[in-house]
Amino acid sequence: MANIKLDQVRKSFGKVDVIRGVNLDIKSREFVVFVGPSGCGKSTLLRLVAGLEDITSGTLSIDNQVVNALSPSDRGIAMVFQSYALYPHMTVYENMAFGLKLAKTDPRSIDERVKDAARILQLDPLLDRLPKQLSGGQRQRVAIGRAIVRKPKVFLFDEPLSNLDAALRVQMRIEIAKLHHSLDATMIYVTHDQVEAMTLADRIAVLRDGYLMQFGSPLDLYHHPDNKFVGGFIGSPKMNFLPCDLSGTENGGAVVKTVRNTAVHTTSNPNNHSAGSGYTLGIRPEDLLAGGGRAGDAEIEGEVITIEQLGAETYIYLDLGQEEPLVVKAEGNFSAQPGSHIRVGIPAGACYVFDAEEQALQRPAYN
Amino acid sequence: MVTATSSLPQAETKAATKSTQLTREKIRAAWIFLTPMILVLLAVAAWPLIRTIWFGFTDARLSVPGSGEWIGFENYLYWLDYGGGDGEWIGILADPTWWRAVYNTVYFTVIAVSIETVLGLIVALVLNAQFAGRGFVRAAILVPWAIPTIVSAKMWDWMLNDQFGILNDLFMMVGLISAPIAWTSSPDTAMWAVIMVDVWKTTPFMALLILAGMQMLPGDIYEAAKVDGVHPVKVFFKVTLPLIKPAIMVAVIFRMLDSLRIFDLIYVLTPNNVQTVTMSVYARQHLFDFDNFAYGSAASTLLFLIIAGTTILYIYAGRVNLSGDK
Repeated sequence: MANIKLDQVRKSFGKVDVIRGVNLDIKSREFVVFVGPSGCGKSTLLRLVAGLEDITSGTLSIDNQVVNALSPSDRGIAMVFQSYALYPHMTVYENMAFGLKLAKTDPRSIDERVKDAARILQLDPLLDRLPKQLSGGQRQRVAIGRAIVRKPKVFLFDEPLSNLDAALRVQMRIEIAKLHHSLDATMIYVTHDQVEAMTLADRIAVLRDGYLMQFGSPLDLYHHPDNKFVGGFIGSPKMNFLPCDLSGTENGGAVVKTVRNTAVHTTSNPNNHSAGSGYTLGIRPEDLLAGGGRAGDAEIEGEVITIEQLGAETYIYLDLGQEEPLVVKAEGNFSAQPGSHIRVGIPAGACYVFDAEEQALQRPAYN
Repeated sequence: MVTATSSLPQAETKAATKSTQLTREKIRAAWIFLTPMILVLLAVAAWPLIRTIWFGFTDARLSVPGSGEWIGFENYLYWLDYGGGDGEWIGILADPTWWRAVYNTVYFTVIAVSIETVLGLIVALVLNAQFAGRGFVRAAILVPWAIPTIVSAKMWDWMLNDQFGILNDLFMMVGLISAPIAWTSSPDTAMWAVIMVDVWKTTPFMALLILAGMQMLPGDIYEAAKVDGVHPVKVFFKVTLPLIKPAIMVAVIFRMLDSLRIFDLIYVLTPNNVQTVTMSVYARQHLFDFDNFAYGSAASTLLFLIIAGTTILYIYAGRVNLSGDK
């Protein structure tokens, strides 16, 4: 197993800078997820690690060895592609054995490894089939099997589940998590689906426009986003943002004045931030209290635009005179007529405050 | 409950009749679209073919209008009895020139198509790579294919000319040959001259068909092979070649059909040369030059049968999938 270190890694395609100086220190046996909106460079970053693209500048080391100039096959990696990339004319068995066979591995060891991988992935009954005779989930398992038999130091997954339907995606997600535990390998996984990122990762790297926005554990990103982008990207439905002014401090927490002249007490530490405008108040839909707050909570009133009842929870969309409605998540069934006004409580500990540079003010964990 | 169970089958029957009516409408529409095509094919393909086959069994001559008595297989094979147990077999099947033509045609086809396939594959591989000006090169390489055969044959005829040809001039200059060679008329070189010109002309066609097959290949399997550390040469033989085999097989069929009935190139380049007479040239000679229309028709019929037979054999042996089903 191997650690991976990226030091000021940059990648440009012609004049377009895709990766603009990324530092990452991935520990051995860690499951790291690269996540970000489309075009953020997450797939490119993975391909740089794989060696399918050349690094423009910076160094990449795997297992403490600089691998910038090494070909993909010499890096000790295996990659699972979004489109599976199976050889269409070879059976499942041949697909998995192909790389080993051409590397002149001992035939008995090949057979053993392929059978082992097939057992782990429940592919035994399918070994003689061609890829076109398999379902999407089975193909993806073959692609993973082909990676396993190589016994790589590092597994790379490029959006492996995005071509599967929702139910299968959940199932495969669990299988990949199981695989990580049983193989004990370093894995890098690219996805745009934050649920996959939150559930699979030991640590998540959030990327945006070729910059690393934050690198940390899933709950770290959820509770302590470094900036407004990460705050908005992690969590579903996404965090509500309201413009606010920093007006003062109380008990070490910033007091902000937001829309409708509502003063909101927060637990964020204003530190050396000066009072004034340009701040943003962030509150997650699940932290807002529909129907009113507990004692000491700030409250805000808005007109109900629409509500979505999902049985276990209800989403309420409130008009606060802003571009975006305020989204409130309520447990169970919550009924309100569109057009009616309801009050929403804002617990102090649930608030995030971002400064004019979109950087987060430090705050203690909530809940 | 009773009404519910009784009404269900009724609804099903109704739906069934509706779908058969829909099917009938679809079939009728298909026939409406197909009929013009079938009529045209009958007029321009089936009718001339049937007429040619029929003429092969008559004694029709162009110089004798209205002639054409049924004589059975006499054009193909006939025992000419001199009397007293003496006689000889005559007819196409007993004509050594015909068999020479068959041999020439098959020889030409096998050699030319083989060279074209290999060269076409190489050209396609080159054109499949990313490089500046690829679009221009792709267009430029098609030029030999775009020139009418008569024009290019005449052009090569001049280049291969024993006295004024540029080829002899070049070869003499670099010292490859000491005396001019009559490329197109010498028995040793005539067939190779024809093969060379045909390769020059049709390799682009081959390359383009194979290139089309290559561009259907998914790019990600090459990245997978790269990660697997498979050597590019092995990737070509183990991955690319098996996957473009269907495209190559189809391209070879096209070229094979074309070269089995080759006529124009040989007619211009090496007329009246026994070394290069092909089945088509043989048929034409008898149809028009020798005023033996029926005999020529019989030769054409044989040519048709040989081509059809070869093609069926090839499709069967090569398991070529022309229907496009997977």
